[in-house]
Amino acid sequence: MSFLEVREVVKRFGANEVLRGINLSVEEHQVVCLIGPSGCGKSTLLRCINGLEEIQSGEIRLHGDRISGPGVDLNALRREVGIVFQSFNLFPHMTVLQNITLAPTQVLRVPEEEARERAMALLRRIGLEHKAQAYPDQLSGGQQQRVAIVRALAMEPMLLLLDEITSALDPELVSEVLNLLRELAEEGMTMLLATHEMGFAKEVADKVCFLYGGVVHEEGPPEEIFKNPKSERTQQFLRSIIEAGRL
Amino acid sequence: MPRDGLGFAGGALLLVVLLFGATLWVVGRVKQTMAINGFQALWADALLLGVLLVPLALLWPVLRGLGQARSARRALDQGDLIAARVASAEAHTWAWFALGYAAAWVIFLLLVLFFIANNVAVGRTFFQLELIASSFELVLRAFWVNVVIFFFAGLLSLVWGLIIAVAKLLPGRPAQPIRFLATFYTDAFLSLPSIIVIYLVGFGLPLTGIGFFRNMPLEALAVLALTLTYGAYMAEVYRAGLESIHPSQWAAARSLGLSYGQTLRFVIIPQAVRRIVPPLLNNFIGMQKDTALVNVVGVIDAFNQARIIASNEFNLSAVTTVAILFILITIPQTRLVDRLVERDRARMRQG
Ligand SMILES: Nc1ncnc2c1ncn2[C@@H]1O[C@H](COP(=O)(O)OP(=O)(O)O)[C@@H](O)[C@H]1O
Ligand SMILES: [Mg+2]
Repeated sequence: MSFLEVREVVKRFGANEVLRGINLSVEEHQVVCLIGPSGCGKSTLLRCINGLEEIQSGEIRLHGDRISGPGVDLNALRREVGIVFQSFNLFPHMTVLQNITLAPTQVLRVPEEEARERAMALLRRIGLEHKAQAYPDQLSGGQQQRVAIVRALAMEPMLLLLDEITSALDPELVSEVLNLLRELAEEGMTMLLATHEMGFAKEVADKVCFLYGGVVHEEGPPEEIFKNPKSERTQQFLRSIIEAGRL
Repeated sequence: MPRDGLGFAGGALLLVVLLFGATLWVVGRVKQTMAINGFQALWADALLLGVLLVPLALLWPVLRGLGQARSARRALDQGDLIAARVASAEAHTWAWFALGYAAAWVIFLLLVLFFIANNVAVGRTFFQLELIASSFELVLRAFWVNVVIFFFAGLLSLVWGLIIAVAKLLPGRPAQPIRFLATFYTDAFLSLPSIIVIYLVGFGLPLTGIGFFRNMPLEALAVLALTLTYGAYMAEVYRAGLESIHPSQWAAARSLGLSYGQTLRFVIIPQAVRRIVPPLLNNFIGMQKDTALVNVVGVIDAFNQARIIASNEFNLSAVTTVAILFILITIPQTRLVDRLVERDRARMRQG
């Protein structure tokens, strides 16, 4: 039994069947990358794992516990599974520090003082302690995204989901975010990320899954997927990526 | 080539001269009316003299405009195109300035003519100073009833509206009947004219003979009616405000483990409030004005009191007092709404 098990998950938006029986597993301390053309359902899958979307059939298990379907304590699940979005989604009316301490103090009931100290430690780690009292719109995109990652980390999740977190960034800001991910991977954080950063996937991922047609079309270690993709579809997708200069 | 401003500025000069003639004529009419009524006072004459001075004051911008237009010509003759263009633009600005004030002045003169027409009929009907003075206290005391009704109805509808709005936004299947009821309620009360609600509540409920309502003072029934109506308006404002927050904020908050209520409280409502305050204040102002409708059920509010005075005296001046009172308490609020809207806009531009 893997750490995260996604079994035959089906997700429909009305008549639009986006996920048609997804199978996927992530081991503890693994980094798994989801790749695939835009609109293939990467975001949807991540949102289903976090319980932000209901699934129609199939099952998702974390640590052996079923985390999909009726009777699941979604708030408890979300304490264990953090997610970071493409568009940062920081709370614009709160300072950076408040953004980070809100969930620990309100959800985990960590005392205010302690939450603040831990948040400051996290900010120090990403070199943004001087921005603790700043508001999100006073930060660059890369800084905002690193704060968003740290905000998720403050809940000390077992699993971190990352949804194309560098796609909305200017090119020169991408590396500061990827560096943080690299560090987290080295520390053994379990991560499942949708990404278009193929170079990063190649370097850091333990496994790459190519999503196509609502299923995991091909999966394997990055060397295999990128060097010898078996399926025609995967080859096609990688060719288009190479043409766009992203590999 | 810069536009030549001389013709325009000259036209403005002609207009100001004409305006002076018109003002002279109007002042003459006022003086005549005063003589017919045997009214004479030093302050009135001083006032009329001041009125005559206004079109003369407009000569100043006109003359500056003419001066600029001339120096534009001169600069052009000397081949200094840039100086000519600057002076010409100045000339136009001054001429437009004079025209704008002249237009406002024409409207003022027309109002004065209207006021004194038919031997000051308008003035007598609406602005009989002695009546305004003698009835002022009575009207003001009755206006207090409006203020009290407005205060309680405002407070209650603010709370009631929030309850309705949250009921409309409750998630999930089990809450469906509640959502339906709340939607029906707002639909119904948004379409009902408040005067009908006041009538039905004010007359109808005591008629039912239910003890609670029978012993209620009319003012309280008026508060109830206005709360029912404006609660629906407030609910719509709240709902629009809450729904205007992007769903990604919900996703971000919920994904951190915050509950539905915590998300509303810490993330959604604080962001929505800023956008909600101006339309809420607008509803307040609307409700304030609607307190005058409670006269249909016999509450002695300022308007009702003024009507009684009007029918006793065959003169509407007391009603004018009410109108002025409403204007006086509303204007600061309207300005406040403008300020808030402007502040929000500035923040958006900045952000
Ligand atoms: N909330 C939603 N309602 C309806 N359709 C949706 C919704 N979210 C996503 N979809 C649809 O699901 C499909 C997959 O979207 P998404 O998961 O965002 O793809 P990706 O992240 O791989 O680009 C798209 O066709 C999109 O239109
Ligand atoms: Mg996506």
